[in-house]
Amino acid sequence: MREPALIRLLPDGRRLHLHDGPIDLIVEATGSRANVAAAYEAAARRFVSILDELCSELSLLRAQVTENPPRLTGAIAQRMFTAVNLYSSGRFITPMAAVAGSVAETVLESMLAATPLDRAYVNNGGDIALHLSTGQSYLIGMVERPDRPSLFGACEICADDPVRGLATSGWRGRSFSLGIADAVTVLAKTAAGADAAATVIANAVDLPGHPAITRIPAREISPDSDLGNLFVTRDVAPLTRGEIDSAIESGALLAESLCSHRVIHAAAIHLQGHTRVVTHSLDSSLDVSQRSLLHA
Amino acid sequence: MTDVFPPDTVRCDACPVLCYIKRGQAGACDRYANVEGQLVRVDPHILLDRAKSQGTPVVPFLEREGNWDGKIMKGQETFVTAIGAGTTYPDYKPAPFIVSSEVEGVDMVTVVTEGIFSYCGVKLKIDTDRHLGPERGFVRAQGEPVGHVTTAEYGSQMLSLGGVRHLTGGTKSEGRVTCETLLDLCNAKEVELTIDEGARIRVAAGQPPVVNGQREERMRVGCGSATIGMFAKQWFGKVDDVVVVDDHITGVLSEHQAGKLLGVRETGIAIQGRRSTPGRYFQVAEPGTGWGGTNISDPLTILKPFKPKFAWPHLRLLMVSTTGEQFAYYELDESLRPVGKDLPEALKESVLRIRENCEPALTTVLFMGGAGGSLRAGVTENPVRLTESVKQKLTRVTCGGAPAYVWPGGGITFMVDVTRMPENAFGYVPTPALVAPIEFTLKKDDYAVLGGHVDYVRPLAEVLVEKERQRQVSSLPQNPWPLKPLAGSNES
Repeated sequence: MREPALIRLLPDGRRLHLHDGPIDLIVEATGSRANVAAAYEAAARRFVSILDELCSELSLLRAQVTENPPRLTGAIAQRMFTAVNLYSSGRFITPMAAVAGSVAETVLESMLAATPLDRAYVNNGGDIALHLSTGQSYLIGMVERPDRPSLFGACEICADDPVRGLATSGWRGRSFSLGIADAVTVLAKTAAGADAAATVIANAVDLPGHPAITRIPAREISPDSDLGNLFVTRDVAPLTRGEIDSAIESGALLAESLCSHRVIHAAAIHLQGHTRVVTHSLDSSLDVSQRSLLHA
Repeated sequence: MTDVFPPDTVRCDACPVLCYIKRGQAGACDRYANVEGQLVRVDPHILLDRAKSQGTPVVPFLEREGNWDGKIMKGQETFVTAIGAGTTYPDYKPAPFIVSSEVEGVDMVTVVTEGIFSYCGVKLKIDTDRHLGPERGFVRAQGEPVGHVTTAEYGSQMLSLGGVRHLTGGTKSEGRVTCETLLDLCNAKEVELTIDEGARIRVAAGQPPVVNGQREERMRVGCGSATIGMFAKQWFGKVDDVVVVDDHITGVLSEHQAGKLLGVRETGIAIQGRRSTPGRYFQVAEPGTGWGGTNISDPLTILKPFKPKFAWPHLRLLMVSTTGEQFAYYELDESLRPVGKDLPEALKESVLRIRENCEPALTTVLFMGGAGGSLRAGVTENPVRLTESVKQKLTRVTCGGAPAYVWPGGGITFMVDVTRMPENAFGYVPTPALVAPIEFTLKKDDYAVLGGHVDYVRPLAEVLVEKERQRQVSSLPQNPWPLKPLAGSNES
């Protein structure tokens, strides 16, 4: 039986929690009290139809993107498709790789269409869409493992940075991964773009055929997974330093290429306590402290 | 989908993603899982777990689920209920939460559990005079029988839905649809029902019923005869005769005692139907959704020709329904036939007055369930003692904090107005059965006496901090505070 969407303020009275089926958003806006209220109302109004909108063409969204693009009708669906299409040649990818970021972006847009805000974010399970007005900034902490939250790095995103989206992907997260990265965090222009990029980079962090890695066809776990019978990572035994470097390297190569083409702004790849940061510029906005690097 | 899944794969219908979930796995939301082939809701603890491991205090969920009504919910004061408490059924062991708190210097214990009620149903009171269906007629949802039409009471039609025979005594589909219907009604959602040889209705707790597509606005002020009595004075002198059309008793001013007392002249009016006492007629038409709960749309069809001995040309006649929603005004022509005319100003007020005196028509939903032995065993080692304690009013029964009426007699069969409970307080299990919260509150001393699980009593504060399977809701102002010491408790 269908459960209704949940719309509530968190106990802190500042953040809005929106929940419907598998979608779970934490929203915070800052600005005048009236504008924040208007923004939350707009967010909630947009939110309540999102799940139905996505589910109405779920089978298309779960299908591999090929040379014949699917005819998607929903605005969010099209956003998802645009974000992943870039990666579709020679790779298995479905629009679902960008669902979280696309939803976050859509909700944020509806808020900004309703009212001006100093700053705002929509956090969809770690895939975050940001709004920053002039002079504003956000400090973002990065978490290595969702089950063991401890920051392994932080970054400050300022209004001048070309970053309005960030996303994290890894095999320990809620979605399946083809790779072995604990977490790949990507900063990009949009949340949908960051989401898709984090997915493909995390997939690329890999040691194909390595016996320490347990992989299972996605459908054996989740019969209607968009990944079908592709093998997804379920466990990674401790790796040697060389193996870790090698796996990170394959992901970093892809991240560097995406950075140099300005598809993403930066990526932090984390695997078994080791982190590699890739940015396209020297003035790295990503700060990964030595202390947290040692944490494993 | 052409894939063939193992037989123990379940399809979750909690959201439109409709995940197929394999045994031992959770759906895309991580909130619903397949446990031993059964779809089970598992609460999302992730945020709370994180908060704990980061060393910040765990704040209980201020959870108010529901379709969005335009307001963003904000928690008020802390208040523990059984909603989301879970259950230990069918095990013979203490209820999930047995909480102690001190209230006005008295140690109170609240035993908090969610009951699984396969013996339960709802009683609907639908304020309408329209004919919804014959007594004992089946009430259906999605074509499945989910209950029946029971008695008509003053201005209202009662329906009895659910009960064990529909939940588990019929086909699988009947049980599923019954469970769904009860769940929606209890959670104040709108449900569409059809009645065999009767109407199609849409009902939701606390909302006006919609009968055959038409929203009921008002309850009738009284039967037709009562209406004549109430308004005779206002009509006297402004009109020669009035017929108040009603499915139960149709009233006629000139023949009615109230008219006689005022000296209203005989008009020679003749009414179809069975005369009861002067000016009061039963069965002027068939029941229906027309005038005053009858099947008529043209009120003249209940009139026989006027008697020429008494009637006169230009005689003024008002016909009105018991809710004032329908009315018509006639004057007799030279051959004593009524001819429709506009309602004179002088009569408009009386019609409006009838309407004004009709209260808003609502649908009321009472959940009714019986607390079975195993549920009571979660409260005390000797279940019958709990029953006795409830009967003696030493133990108060609440549902999600709302007061429950306990039906006298054996067992603990209780009724609760679902609109007094927090939103979405009810759940279900695929048995099918409803999951409803139930709390038993009594003095700690009394609890020990009746063989309560005193070893499991824990202070409120401890429960609030430790337990993640909790929600917080705001208490409704019209409900008494469930922890207030009971009136009868000093007498023990």
